[in-house]
Parts: sequence; structure tokens; C-alpha cells
Amino acid sequence: MTTEEKYVAAAYLVVLLVILIYVVIMAAKLTRLGRDVSELTELAREKKRTAEEGTAEQPVKPAPKQVKVG
Amino acid sequence: MTTGLLTASIALIFFYAPVDADGLNQKIFYFHVPIALTSYACFGWGALKAFQHLWKRREGADLESYVAIHQGVIFGALTLVTGSIWAKVRWGQWWTWGDEQLVLFLVLFLFYCAYFMLRYSVDPGPQRANLCAVYALFGVVLIPISFLAIRLANSYIHPTVFTSDGPQMATSQLAAFCVAWAAILSLAYFLYRFELAGKRLDADLKELRELLA
Repeated sequence: MTTEEKYVAAAYLVVLLVILIYVVIMAAKLTRLGRDVSELTELAREKKRTAEEGTAEQPVKPAPKQVKVG
Repeated sequence: MTTGLLTASIALIFFYAPVDADGLNQKIFYFHVPIALTSYACFGWGALKAFQHLWKRREGADLESYVAIHQGVIFGALTLVTGSIWAKVRWGQWWTWGDEQLVLFLVLFLFYCAYFMLRYSVDPGPQRANLCAVYALFGVVLIPISFLAIRLANSYIHPTVFTSDGPQMATSQLAAFCVAWAAILSLAYFLYRFELAGKRLDADLKELRELLA
């Protein structure tokens, strides 16, 4: 391989490497965002469960007695 | 499509376009120039989005401007690196301060690098969006100066391929160049959409986290 060929190969490799590193960083960020989505979904489910339990534990008011009139 | 265009451009550059008098190092030109033109396009797109933010107050234009400038800086760094490698083969040195185009491109690149310093030194909000938009618009003035510097300079060592007489290369070389440029533009667009989708998702998740807290 001549010196000129080495430099040409280096120029193309640099472009490829930079694009590759950029895509890897973006993919890592998307993975983190995916984890965040799962975490928030779990948090939302927990909140819903707590709200439902709170509704179930509230004492039910007795219905007013119906008085026959007449 | 991007992968197909990149593969086609590599094939055309190495198997179709002939090696001219400049030697094998001329093959760097097919990626170096499209990358430089793409970085100009990204900076221009970022400025257009900044203008839309300032004029129409369009929601999301600030984020789009930021992502476009980020792409421009990445492609700008690649332009400087590939250009330096070419210069080392052709001129025997990595950099020369005597060439207007090189220095002006470096100034443009550093100007947009400073955009990130500005953006991350101000708290997020309308003030930061406005400041960044004005800064991005100022930078766009440097693009025609950088592009035309080589054509306006009296003495230069940087080669000019596209002159007022048309492209100074063979048809096969021009075809390889056009495909390479389409490939790089397509790659930049793909990366722009990819990064923008990630940033939008991140912003939505932050808002959702605050709502659920």
C-alpha cells in the first residue's frame, strides 16, 4: 500500500468512524429513553392502582331511607 | 435509501470515475466537497428554522434549528479533517493559514461551535430560544463569504472545480460527485430526523415525568 493510498483510506475511515460513533451515541440515548418510558409507565400504573385502592377504601354513604307519604 | 446511495457512490468513486493528473488523493474530493456543501446546507437550514422561530413563533422551530446546527458542526468537523488529510498528500502540510477558504471555513465552524456554548450557558426557555435564533441568523452571513472567498481571492492554492465556465472535470467524475453529494445529503437528512425524534421524545418524557411527580 502506497502512502497516497493510506491517506485516502484514512480519509474515508475517519468519515465512517465519526458517523458510526454518532449513530452509536444516538442509539445509546434512545435505549435510555426506552428505559425512561418503561419507568414512567410503571409509575403511572402505580398511581392508577393507588387511586383505585383509595376509592375502594372510602366508606360508602348509606342511601337515604324512603318514606312512604300518603 | 441512504445506504444504497452511499454504496453506489463508493462504487462510482473507486470503479467508475477515472484517476486524473492529481493522482489517487483526488478520490478524497468526492466526499470532502459534498460534506462541506452539506454542512453549509445544515447551517442554512438551522438559520431558516431560527428565522421561523423569530418571525412566526412556530413551536419546535428552536429545537429544529439546534439539531440542524449540530449536524452542520459534525459535517464541518469532517470537512476540516478530510481536507487536512488531502492537504497533507497534496501540499505536504496539514494546514495553511495563507488560504482564505480554509481560514473562513474554520471561522464559520468555530462560530457555530460557540453556538453550543451560548445555548448551554442560558437556562431553557423563550429567552434562550430567542438568543440562539439571533446567533444562528448572524452565522448564516458567513456562509456565502466562505463559499465565495476562493472565487474572490486574487491568489489562492485551494483548487476550484466549479467555476463560471462550469464543472472542471470529466462527465464520469461529475456523475460520481453528484451521487456522492446525494448520498451525503440523504445521510444528513436521516441523521437530522433521527436526532430530532430523540430530542422530541426526551422533551415529552421530561414533561410527563413532571406531570406524574
